Amino acid sequence: MNWIKNFVRPRFPSVFNDRDETPDNLWDNCKKCGEMIFHRDLIAMQQVCPGCDHHMRIGAAERFKALFDGGKFERIDVPDVPHDPLKFKDQKKYADRLKDARTKTGEKDAVQVGLGKIGGRNSVIAVQEFQFMGGSLGMAAGEAVVTAGQTALAHDAPLIMVAAAGGARMQEGILSLMQMPRTTVIVQQLRERGLPYIVVLTDPTTGGVTASYGMLGDIHIAEPNALIGFAGPRVIQDTIKEQLPEGFQRAEYLLEHGMIDMVVHRHKLHEKLAQLLDLLMGGKTHETLPAE
Amino acid sequence: MQNYLEFEKPIAALEGQIRELRSVGKETGGVDIIEEIHKLEGKVSQQIEKLYGNLDAWQKTQVARHPMRPHCSDYIKALVDDFVPLSGDRLFSEDHAIIAGLGRWQGQRVAILGHEKGADTQARVKHNFGMARPEGYRKAIRVMDMAERFNLPVVTLVDTAGAYPGIGAEERGQSEAIARCTDKCLQIGVPFVSVIIGEGGSGGALALATASRIVMLEHSIYTVASPEACASILWRSSSEADQAAAALKVTAQDLSQLGVIDRILREPLGGAHRDRERMMADVGMAVSEELAQMASLSRRDLIDQRRQKFLDMGRTGIV
Ligand SMILES: [Zn+2]
Repeated sequence: MNWIKNFVRPRFPSVFNDRDETPDNLWDNCKKCGEMIFHRDLIAMQQVCPGCDHHMRIGAAERFKALFDGGKFERIDVPDVPHDPLKFKDQKKYADRLKDARTKTGEKDAVQVGLGKIGGRNSVIAVQEFQFMGGSLGMAAGEAVVTAGQTALAHDAPLIMVAAAGGARMQEGILSLMQMPRTTVIVQQLRERGLPYIVVLTDPTTGGVTASYGMLGDIHIAEPNALIGFAGPRVIQDTIKEQLPEGFQRAEYLLEHGMIDMVVHRHKLHEKLAQLLDLLMGGKTHETLPAE
Repeated sequence: MQNYLEFEKPIAALEGQIRELRSVGKETGGVDIIEEIHKLEGKVSQQIEKLYGNLDAWQKTQVARHPMRPHCSDYIKALVDDFVPLSGDRLFSEDHAIIAGLGRWQGQRVAILGHEKGADTQARVKHNFGMARPEGYRKAIRVMDMAERFNLPVVTLVDTAGAYPGIGAEERGQSEAIARCTDKCLQIGVPFVSVIIGEGGSGGALALATASRIVMLEHSIYTVASPEACASILWRSSSEADQAAAALKVTAQDLSQLGVIDRILREPLGGAHRDRERMMADVGMAVSEELAQMASLSRRDLIDQRRQKFLDMGRTGIV
């Protein structure tokens, strides 16, 4: 039931960052309940289905707008890292895959960094976009997480990590794996400075991301029904050759198994973050607005 | 009985001939037979030299997984005096996939952690083929904590296909356990050497390999995903594993070039499995050397240098 989206989309080449220029007559349909929704309405709803509450994937620009006070924020530039460090080629050249992903999303790589306010407090948010090669963690994404942490340290601000990834960027081999300790170091620096590090796990977050900065938060929040785990369900099924339990690796399941603190509806996320930061940091607020 | 790999067929054929001649020789005892055996033995070493001098990434993967290669428990038996195994994560259970303990490494008191794959079927099942569950990593965290309190250097021997993908492992937080274990590796203010003795499989290996000094054996591998898994995802067929192995850059030589490891330790001719005693002795020496180099560093320097090393790592490609 995806034909409308698929049919219409090619006529509108990707719009950088904002999708606000999308024409009014564009429809999306909910993958879960099938409801047809105006694209514009869906943006207003932060990509949550009005019919069944299904949380669809959401881009970094929309995410920043929803999470920072008044939708105001400043993008933080991430230093360049070598592209295609291994000159990797499978059935397709990695360099070409990267180019395609950049054209599709208008972003340099999978993790974007923003600085703004949450509940009046300077805060840094890093958003991992599943739309960019499955959100996979490579050198550029690792560099973005490190940059986000360094920005937080520089502003004495908390870091909110909105995670989403299938896992490591395999085309960068071991250099992708090494982003796990790299990002862990930056989390440690935040911890030692007494700055909150809150992880928001979104659908899906698996592999090297959960096995590093995705599971090292002071507080773990997940979006409803998000798939969160180390190994993907298919790998597990292939290994143990058993039926997986109902709701396995979903946010609510993890909550019951003690791996996350809470499941929070996307519409309540900004409010919850503001409350948590206030409780953790008390009166430490910043009055100056970041430059637009 | 020697265990031959696919690419070792020429060696297998020659060694088969030698065995035959030997059994004939026993009955007849002819001088010409002894001479013939000598000639064949020369050919065998030539052949081994030729093959092992030019192993590709996929062949190295097979050597790294060779069942006769010395495993963690072999190294401990050969190198550690006074070994006292330690068990359990104090939370849920004992995970035999990771061996932990205290002992003397060539005289020096250390804490030891390592993946154990097992040498026979029974041991493989007991050790879950070296694939740890969260409890293994939590045990490692506990032992690293203790090592720091008693100022004991940490030595890890890495040999795993990866962390175990199972229902229970997920329910008990496999990813959190790995993340915390890596986190702990970067927090302990004691000398810390890691040796990749066979297979360094992804996050399950990394959790024990985030060390001050990382040594890899000449034919060991260290990779973000197994060549088979990578091939089945990117080539949509696990039979392209040889191509995936090459593309992923999994060999010690590649990783040294990428600045991810500090030292390559030469293996005996024809791989660690052809001269286990020598391999283990060399690992013993190498680890002692590396530990000695860190002996004078302060607790703070050890932590800072380790963190800086990993913060700098993975920012450049093939130079
Ligand atoms: Zn719906």
